[in-house]
Amino acid sequence: MSVSSVFPQLEQLLPRVSKPIQYVGGELGAVVKDWDATTVRWALMYPDAYEVGLPNQGVQILYEVLNEQPDVLAERTYAVWPDLEALMKEHGVPQFTVDAHRPVKAFDVLGLSFATELGYTNMLSALDLAGIPLDSADRGDDDPIVLAGGHASFNPEPIADFIDAAVLGDGEEAVLEITGIIREWKDEGRPGGRDELLLRLARTESIYVPRFYDVDYLPDGRIQRVVPNRPDVPFRVAKRTTMDLDAWPYPKKPLVPLAETVHERYAVEIFRGCTRGCRFCQAGMITRPVRERSITTVGQMVKEGLEFSGFSEVGLLSLSSADHSEIGDMCSGLAEQYADTNVSLSLPSTRVDAFNIDLAQELSRNGRRTGLTFAPEGGSERIRKVINKMVTKEDLIRTVVTAYSNGWRQVKLYFMCGLPTETDEDVLEIAQMAHEVIRAGREAAGTKDIRCTVSIGGFVPKPHTPFQWAPMERPEVIDARLKMLKQEINSDRSLGRAIGYRYHDGEPSLIEGLLSRGDRRVGAVIRRVWEKGGRFDGWSEHFSYARWIESAAEVLPEYGVDLDWFTTREREQLEVLPWDHLDSGLDKDWLWQDWQDSLTEYEQDDCRWTPCFDCGVCPSMDTEIQIGPTGKKLLPLTPVTNTLRVPV
Amino acid sequence: MAPKNQPVGGQAPVVQRLRLRYAKRGPLRFTSHRDFARAFERALRRAGVPIAFSQGFTPHPKISYASAAPTGVGSEAEYLEIGLQAEVDPEMLRRALDAALSPGLDVLEAVIAREGGGSLADRIDASHWRLELPQVDPAEAEAAVKAFQEAGEVLVERMTKQGRRTFDARQAVTRIAVTQQSDLPSEADGAPCAIIDLVVRQVTPAVRPDDVLSGLRAVAGLEPPVPPRVTRLAQGMLTAQGEIVDPLDADREPALPG
Ligand code: B12
Ligand code: SF4
Repeated sequence: MSVSSVFPQLEQLLPRVSKPIQYVGGELGAVVKDWDATTVRWALMYPDAYEVGLPNQGVQILYEVLNEQPDVLAERTYAVWPDLEALMKEHGVPQFTVDAHRPVKAFDVLGLSFATELGYTNMLSALDLAGIPLDSADRGDDDPIVLAGGHASFNPEPIADFIDAAVLGDGEEAVLEITGIIREWKDEGRPGGRDELLLRLARTESIYVPRFYDVDYLPDGRIQRVVPNRPDVPFRVAKRTTMDLDAWPYPKKPLVPLAETVHERYAVEIFRGCTRGCRFCQAGMITRPVRERSITTVGQMVKEGLEFSGFSEVGLLSLSSADHSEIGDMCSGLAEQYADTNVSLSLPSTRVDAFNIDLAQELSRNGRRTGLTFAPEGGSERIRKVINKMVTKEDLIRTVVTAYSNGWRQVKLYFMCGLPTETDEDVLEIAQMAHEVIRAGREAAGTKDIRCTVSIGGFVPKPHTPFQWAPMERPEVIDARLKMLKQEINSDRSLGRAIGYRYHDGEPSLIEGLLSRGDRRVGAVIRRVWEKGGRFDGWSEHFSYARWIESAAEVLPEYGVDLDWFTTREREQLEVLPWDHLDSGLDKDWLWQDWQDSLTEYEQDDCRWTPCFDCGVCPSMDTEIQIGPTGKKLLPLTPVTNTLRVPV
Repeated sequence: MAPKNQPVGGQAPVVQRLRLRYAKRGPLRFTSHRDFARAFERALRRAGVPIAFSQGFTPHPKISYASAAPTGVGSEAEYLEIGLQAEVDPEMLRRALDAALSPGLDVLEAVIAREGGGSLADRIDASHWRLELPQVDPAEAEAAVKAFQEAGEVLVERMTKQGRRTFDARQAVTRIAVTQQSDLPSEADGAPCAIIDLVVRQVTPAVRPDDVLSGLRAVAGLEPPVPPRVTRLAQGMLTAQGEIVDPLDADREPALPG
């Protein structure tokens, strides 16, 4: 049965909302297919506003991978702002996709991409607007499979009641496999209904279906065990790893929006994974091992991506881009190829020890210097050992001097507050560091006219990291330290004036902590917050700490636990963690040892240039490190200037 | 994209100026002018147009826009001018740009600007609009239009950049009539749809179609139950006969003999 567009109804509401363009689609690269000509249909959602969600790489990649299949249709949907949400409820317009404005409920799968846990309440709004029951248990055969992916799905327990399934890790192959399972099940006439489909997914051993697992609790509130409640599903669910990024050169046709979004650039992942081993970094832990995309594939993607999109900025993405084995040749090759155009290159935050003068020059070739960001993360040498961020103050000073003497006038420095074992002194050292940066920078640049920004946020312990056992610091302590730091920065008026200071208060971090390390009982808090109007929790103007505190106090006592229990409590070695049955490949004993090493300030090397240290990932996931150098170079492009590209 | 070997601090000179008419159609009528401007710059790059850049520290592509229709209003007659650093065939350029923009942002015409013929803005002093009012009885619209025409002054209120302002929406309107065109897509099947044909002169503060709708509400209590759909059909100079002269006419080459 065909599904019609809700646009005629939506159109009546659009003149009454802010930035209506975000709801109409029409992006370059968007695909609209004939509903009836396809068998498996995906709605992909980034559960945040369009301006944040559209540039998301994960969704763009899966969208393209799926739409390349002739019998598969994939469309996108984003969180609608409260003004439109209210009108949609009033006029009975359901959650829709932006591509063909089809109702989300009509699709086979609603795939949500959770880069952060702060999108959980937005998921509930979308389900509600879509007319899909909030609880997985209440859904029928007409409802889509609600599937979570992205980094937060490595602990989907807080949303276990609301989702039907979750995929851990890379999605390229997973979405095709899921498509295959659904196609087959449909072709067979949907035997056994929804339950059978979920069972088939669970039997892959790499798709987690929460309803097939029971959680038992101890009298003191801790988890006793998480076990399958039927014989034919696996005890542990494994993450996915896409090997050989050259075989998956997506996005090839990046989406180019009409609306203004957080990033207007063509982004290419130059590698996945990171083994620097920063102990707070969940992304680095769960995406191992390092898999590089080769310099030639990157060159090809940039050329085609720019021609397709018309973007004038290229972002070379990864968790630590300067660590690519051929980053120098890559940047100089690209800078050379685009020397006579207004195309600029940018890297996301750069490791202090991997940034050097050559890179500085390549990034500033045509006089355009995009922002430089470094993340020392900790103020004192001691705390940097605790978190395994092996950079010294000398490294940092040398690096910023390189930047300032190469024409940069502004660098950003990222830090965290509330790290395990942290004292006031560790945080105050950030001020000394910033002062030295300005002093050295003024000397190097030969002018007083340079600046640096100190950006600092609360540390949130994450699942599958050595800090998964760590207690969180209380928000009051964080806020007091942040205030102290500000005073210390301004204690020298001349230097302080050149230093910008940005911070995130401790309160939102505490809630992020609840959602990150929560178990199924936290679902009740999310539901209560949403019922009270909680939405867009990643936006300070919408986030309400009071609402979260209140809701937690209302629903958690029933289980004999509270907010502190989930956040500021230190876990013991033998405690069953809510995500222990979800396998990121990391050996729990190795993680525990790394946690202990951190407390004794013992540093861990990187397995790319020292022998494997048995974190567990490669043998258990059957993966290997894939790095260059390939020794290849980017060839000059034939200039395309002044040749109109006229369609035939 | 800047050419090779340009003088330091300089940009290649403009050798050709082209004027374009484009449309904002269907859902893409919700594109704001800012959104369009960004999309157009990207389209220039995608289409490989040899656009010229302004001098200065941050060179800007040479594009100038004639007054843009408000967000949410469709248009068949938006105009802009671009300066090029190499000569191109206008029709080739039109096709390349049209293909480089999303469907719904359509480049309809391109002509070479005639030297000394004045700016686009000098050739526009009025707009022709079509207002579709779904679920409004044409007779009711007819009565409201009549009341509007008979009023010497119709005061309406709108938020402007300077804050809330009250101004007259009547004087600038040179034509307002309910028409019977039936070739238009109707919003709601079977439901009546009133269509108003409207010509408004450019004045300050601008009188926009929604101001005229406010005026119809003020004089006759006309309250469309769903948001009206507005389209700009033409812009140009208003003749004494009340016709609108296409601003590109003056640039069009006289037909070559033979
Ligand atoms: C670019 C970027 C941003 C951009 C753009 C965000 C966007 N719209 O995409 C901006 C600047 C806006 C941003 C903001 C934030 N970011 Co950010 N960001 C990144 C960065 C550098 C790249 C992300 C990326 O594109 N990755 C590549 C894509 C392909 O990976 P992916 O999205 O995970 O998708 C793959 C899989 O996860 C999976 N998948 C994803 N979705 C789905 C869905 C389904 C159904 C399935 C089956 C599979 C699946 O398949 C995909 C392909 O394999 C990463 C670092 C990194 N290299 O990952 C940090 C990172 C993701 N960001 C992070 C954080 C913390 C944030 C913020 C919360 C920061 C803050 N405190 O404000 C905000 C949150 C914004 C928001 N509301 O969503 C952290 C995440 C923390 C964690 N999990 O450990 C990261 C990992 C950086 C870090 N090292 O700390 N970010
Ligand atoms: S298993 Fe060894 S090689 Fe693989 S990521 Fe872990 S430490 Fe590195």
